This record gives sequence, structure tokens and C-alpha cells, in this order.
Amino acid sequence: MKYLDEYRDGDAARQYAQAIARITTRPWTIMEICGGQTHAIVKFGIDELLPEAITLVHGPGCPVCVTPVDLIDKAIEIAAQRDTILCSFGDMLRVPGTGKDLLSAKAGGADVRIVYSPVDCLKIARDNPARQVVFFAVGFETTAPANAMAVYAARQQGIANFSILVSHVLVPPAMEAILSAPQNQVQGFLAAGHVCAVMGYTEYEPIAQRYHTPIVVTGFEPVDILQGVHLCVRQLEEGRAEVENQYARVVRREGNPQARKLIYEVFEVGPRAWRGIGEIPNSGYRLRPAYADFDAERRFGLTARAAEESSECIAGLVLQGVKKPDQCPAFGTRCTPERPLGAPMVSSEGACAAYYNYRRAAAQPARR
Amino acid sequence: MCLAVPGRIVSIAGDDPLMRMAKVNFGGIVKDVNLAYVPEAKVNDYVIVHVGFALNTIDEAEANQVFEYLKEMGELAELEEQNASASTERQ
Amino acid sequence: MDTPSDFTFTLSCPIPISDYPNVLLAHGGGGKLSHMLVEKMMLRAFGNPALDARHDSAVFTLDGGARLAFTTDSYVIHPLFFPGGDIGSLAVHGTVNDLSMCGARPLYLSAGFIIEEGLPMDTLWRIVQSMAQAAQRAGVQIVTGDTKVVDRGKADGLFINTAGVGVIEHALRIAPQSVQPGDVLLVNGDLGRHGMAIMAVREGLEFESAIESDSAPLNSLVQELIGAGIEIHCLRDLTRGGLASALNEIAGAAQVSISIEESRIPLRDDVRAACEILGFDPLYVANEGRLVAFVAPQDAERALDTLRAHPLGQGAARIGMVGEGGRAGIVTLRSRIGASRIVDMMSGEQLPRIC
Repeated sequence: MKYLDEYRDGDAARQYAQAIARITTRPWTIMEICGGQTHAIVKFGIDELLPEAITLVHGPGCPVCVTPVDLIDKAIEIAAQRDTILCSFGDMLRVPGTGKDLLSAKAGGADVRIVYSPVDCLKIARDNPARQVVFFAVGFETTAPANAMAVYAARQQGIANFSILVSHVLVPPAMEAILSAPQNQVQGFLAAGHVCAVMGYTEYEPIAQRYHTPIVVTGFEPVDILQGVHLCVRQLEEGRAEVENQYARVVRREGNPQARKLIYEVFEVGPRAWRGIGEIPNSGYRLRPAYADFDAERRFGLTARAAEESSECIAGLVLQGVKKPDQCPAFGTRCTPERPLGAPMVSSEGACAAYYNYRRAAAQPARR
Repeated sequence: MCLAVPGRIVSIAGDDPLMRMAKVNFGGIVKDVNLAYVPEAKVNDYVIVHVGFALNTIDEAEANQVFEYLKEMGELAELEEQNASASTERQ
Repeated sequence: MDTPSDFTFTLSCPIPISDYPNVLLAHGGGGKLSHMLVEKMMLRAFGNPALDARHDSAVFTLDGGARLAFTTDSYVIHPLFFPGGDIGSLAVHGTVNDLSMCGARPLYLSAGFIIEEGLPMDTLWRIVQSMAQAAQRAGVQIVTGDTKVVDRGKADGLFINTAGVGVIEHALRIAPQSVQPGDVLLVNGDLGRHGMAIMAVREGLEFESAIESDSAPLNSLVQELIGAGIEIHCLRDLTRGGLASALNEIAGAAQVSISIEESRIPLRDDVRAACEILGFDPLYVANEGRLVAFVAPQDAERALDTLRAHPLGQGAARIGMVGEGGRAGIVTLRSRIGASRIVDMMSGEQLPRIC
């Protein structure tokens, strides 16, 4: 596949790894924000190629992982109602709420459907006029244009039996929360390329300055990630803290203005709770009052409720890059993909699941 | 967080700017993709697609910089090595 | 081990209700939960030497010395017709292949039909014809069967169960327990076609492609290997759960380590692209006409030539080996960029990874 295979080339990857080793003179800790990058790093073994002085820590950029328990409970509650179809992206189905996950809700008889795109729900809504169709709209900025379009088009087309359960989060406030935390160890960031494809990277410039932290907008293939690390290490070694764009084939400085226009037509910025981290001000999207009719929480009269997280789960520390998954006492024993204590063990983008699936062998005795 | 895959636009249909749809070829499989956010995209352009929406067109010229940068660094490293060996020779 | 009477009086279900009060789809997905269901419930309830071998078929020796293989499988695929096959041909190939994986020559099949009221008669007829053709192609006879009709809504159109009997005519012991360090791993062609052909027509995830299921009877291919005198240690068809699950099962049963090379695993571009879009790992995608063969290293090249000479093995490749040391039960993969990681058994069904 063009624009994919080239960036998985083993020689180029090794050359970048050598180049990184050449310029590294002391230890650096770099966080990749995006779960997609975490997945690629462990799947391809990218960090194995890096010099020991470079530590990659994994960020909160897994929408499935940071969706609060409370919202999953609400999704399950909606799904359980008569004449309701709950639509979701695939990997959201396995994330545990307080009691169960959406897959078990489905096993219990609820109509839970996997969709590829949020706009597919409009067709489901048209085909089922007597039923309520709800889309569980999770995601970062990347997914917001699609979710916004679903709502906008529903209003244009007068599809009244469609609504969305919103859990939309934003990257820059999370980065600031990580950088300003007293236990912060992150010295440089790889920013999420596909988020920046939509948002551009001007909003990262003040963060790089204020916290004197280099930020490199980075793609998702091994060579991309290694180049991103190289650019970041070079800045750190030279004492610079700028925003650089490794992923220029996809990301422009201004992002995609058309996409942002529709996002802001439908959504506005508000506070959001992040699973494992807590509420961060101005860190998410909610529907604008003009689109309140499409708010599933309102339509189904759902109110906030206390939702209990496993006290043993250290997902918050993992998502902030303070701990690595295998430093959790429950990792691989009381917490596994089959019986997850927290969301990062569920999604294939979650750091804990990635560690469990791809590198548990190093830390654990042989199974069976 | 966001799985987005590059593909080539095979054909474009529909004049509704909100629902401008394309057939996009990803390594031999074809999917319908919404082009609402890339009004400039035309047939044969590559776009990066996330949950059925093209987020941007791919810049062919920029696509090579990853490897050009590598080449430059390689040359730089060679140059440095030469300089280093030249200076040891001088000593 | 529990004696049968012990078990009878252990009334508690071996799968803790607190963990799974209801059966989930993933219990049938070929991954860890399926494995757990079989290991903890079925093997515990039914345990006996033939079953405990955990092979695709049970193998037993009759008084006269004849060695037979016996297997069964149920087919619940949706849609009934898919690119490259249908539930009928699949039901024949699947059982033929399960017998073949013990090195048996499949002879006789049974066919049980559970039909949903209202299924178009024409649909049933097409499927039955397809089964007949598949049986003819594989050189087996469907010698007994059963039909049941259930109320509308109680079955997804049609379910088929087939069982099969085959005869083992060689002295090889083709089973995980025969796997040895140094064994070479071969596959007979590119992976993931069946799973992706099904995904292409799955509601909500549809895409246009030329991907057809690889569904095929592998008995003649296996007979070629046996006929060529290849020292085969183990064979496994790569159905549910794909290559990764098959290798994990074998590594576990044989208590060996297995390593494979990502760059050597044959994949068609369109299958790989479909996996990229859905966020699937092709190592876990189902096949219905692919096998992995563990052969003695000195026979590896000859085995590869034998496979490639057969129409169903033209794309055969050498993908890895059984480790001399390493950690028993663990499968590792050397990635395209030269790093190593473990390949675990699939946990639950693969779900499209959109985010």
C-alpha cells in the first residue's frame, strides 16, 4: 500500500535508530500521546531499537480508555431500553463499566451494533423509524468531524430518532495537565498526527514555549515514529523547545479548516472527565445548545451518577506516563484482557493491553 | 487513537457538498468515503481516511522528506567521520 | 485428575458464574475464551485419552490394528453465501480438513441440518448441491444425515453440522506432541482471505474487493506430503483465531517455543489493506483452506517443493521454526523492522478497531 509500506522499511528504521543513538548523550523521557502510536511501538518493537537512554512513555490518547465509567454505564442503560439501537465503534464494546460491558449487554439481549462510521447510524435510523438510534460518540479531535457531520446531517435531513452520547476529549488540555503535574517525567512529546490533521498545530506552540518542552507532530508507522523521536531528541539535546512537524505529508500547520468549521457548528468546548485522571477543564466537546435535541443524555433523561472504579487500577498513572503498565501489581494477574480492571487493558490501543499482548513474556514465567 | 489509512480516489459522485462521496481504493479494496472536508480533492489524489471521512489529501512532495532527511543525516555523519579522521591524521 | 464420579458430584460449573454468567460470542470465537470453555468445561466433563490429545480429530486404533480419525464441527456462518463459497462447501471442507490434520485420509461424512422455518427451498437446494460438489471434489461420501426444522427466529437460516471418519495409513504420529526443537514451519499459501471475504459482506462494514474465501479441501495436499515421505510432526488448519491461535495451541500442547518472521508470512495486498482499515491483525484472521505444517528440518525444502507443486500450495512459504531453547508455550514474531515481540492467543473476537 502506497504511503504505508515505505514507512515500515526495516533499513530506514534501523538507520533512524542509529541516528538517534549518535545524537543521544543523556537520558530523555518522551511521551507519545496517541494510543495508535503506542500500539505501533509495541507491535513493531520500535522501542527495542532505541538506545537505552531513551524512554518512551505512553500517553492518554486512547479514546476508549479515557471514556468515563459513568458514560459506559449510561450507554448500557440506553441499550437496555426497549426499541433502542445503540451503535458504537467496535473496541468500545469490551470496555467495562461499573458492572458490565456493552458486549455483555448485547449477550443479554440489547440491540448493540458495531458501525464503521457515525454517519452509518443515520441509515439505521431511517430504516428503523419506530426505534431510537443512539451513537456512542467517543473520540479525540480526529473523530469529531465525522461525529459532527452525523449530527448536522441528521438535523438537515430531519432524522428525529437519532441522538449521540458524547464523550469527546481534546489533546492539548491533557498535555498541559500532564506537564503541570508535580510527578511529571515527560521531557518531550510526540503529538498525534491525525489529531493535528484536523486541528493543525498552532495550539501546541504556546505549550511548547510555556513548559519549555519540544513537541513533534508525528505519524503512525515505524519510520515516522523513529523520525519523530529523532527530531525530539535533537531538540532536547540542543536545548530547544519548538513544535516540529514530522508528518507533513498529512498535517498542515493550519490543519483542516473545513472540518473545524463543522465541529464548531455542532460542538462547543467544555469540561470533561477522563477515566483514571479526573475532570480537566476545557478538555472536551459537548453539543451546542442549538443541537441539544440530539443529546442522548437529555433525550433519555440520564443524570450523572457515582461510578466506582477498581481501586487497584493505576490506569490514571499509566495514562499520564508516570507508570508503565508492567509496573502495576495487578498487571497480567488480576487484570487481563479477559478480566480487565481498567480500560487500558481492553482496547488494542490501550497501553496495558499492548504490553500484555506483545511483551508479557519478558516479565512473566511461561504459561501453562 | 485514530486509525486513519491512506487510499487513492477512484471516482467522485454527488454534488451535495456535505455528502460529496468518493470511491477510494486502499491496496485493492474499495470503500465509500465522504469528501466533505477535502473540497479540493480530485480523482487520483491520495487521501487519509478515518471512520469514513477523508481528513486531508496527502502531499506527495512532503511524503519523501522522511527519507531525504535520513539521507542528509547519513551524508552529514559521513562528513563528520571524515573530518574526525582528518583531524586525527593531522595530530 | 478427577475421576468421573468425582466430577459428577462436583455440581459447581467449572467456569465461575461470577466471571461469565452468560455465554458470550467470544466463547465461540476461537480465542482465549473458546479455549477456556473447552479446557475447563468440555475436557473436564468428557476427558479421555483420545480427547486429551487436543487434536483436530480424535485418533484411535481398532482391534484389527486399523487407525481411524474421527471429528465433528458445526457451521453457523452468516451470510450463507459469501465470496468464494457457502455454508455447504465450508461444512464439507472443514471436516475433511480436520481429518487431514491428523494425516488421515477422509472417507465418510455425516451431515446434520438445522433449518429455520421459512428458509427458501431454493436456497437449501443450492447449498445441498454445493455440499455434494465439495464432497465429490474431496473424494468423500456423505453417508448419513439428519434434518430438523426449528421455528422462525430460532436459527439464522441454516446451521449445518458435519462429522467425518478417515483412515490413517502411515506410521507418522502427526500431533502437537511430536513437535521438536528445530522443526520448520510451513504454510501452504497467503493468509486471511476467508475472514476478510466474510468481513467484506458483513452489514455495516462492507467494502468492495476481489477477496474470495480460501475455503478448500486440504486432504490431497496432505496426502502428497505423506506420499513424498516428508517427516511431518504436526499439521493444523488455520481456522478461527488464525495462525496466531493455532501456533499458541501447539506451542502450549507441545511445550515448545515457536518463532516466526513477519516478513515471510504471505499476505495478499488487498487482504492486508482490509486488515489495515478495520484495525485487524491478519495473524488472527480465519482461513478455511490453509494449514501450518511442522516438518523435520532436513525435509523442509522438499516439503516446500511438494506443497508448491500442488494447486492448493502454490503460495507456500517457510515462516519460522520451533526454538531450540526459549520459553515453552510462547510464540514470538520478528517484526519487519527486526525487533521481537510475543504473539498471544486472541482474546475474544477481533472487533473493528476504529479509534
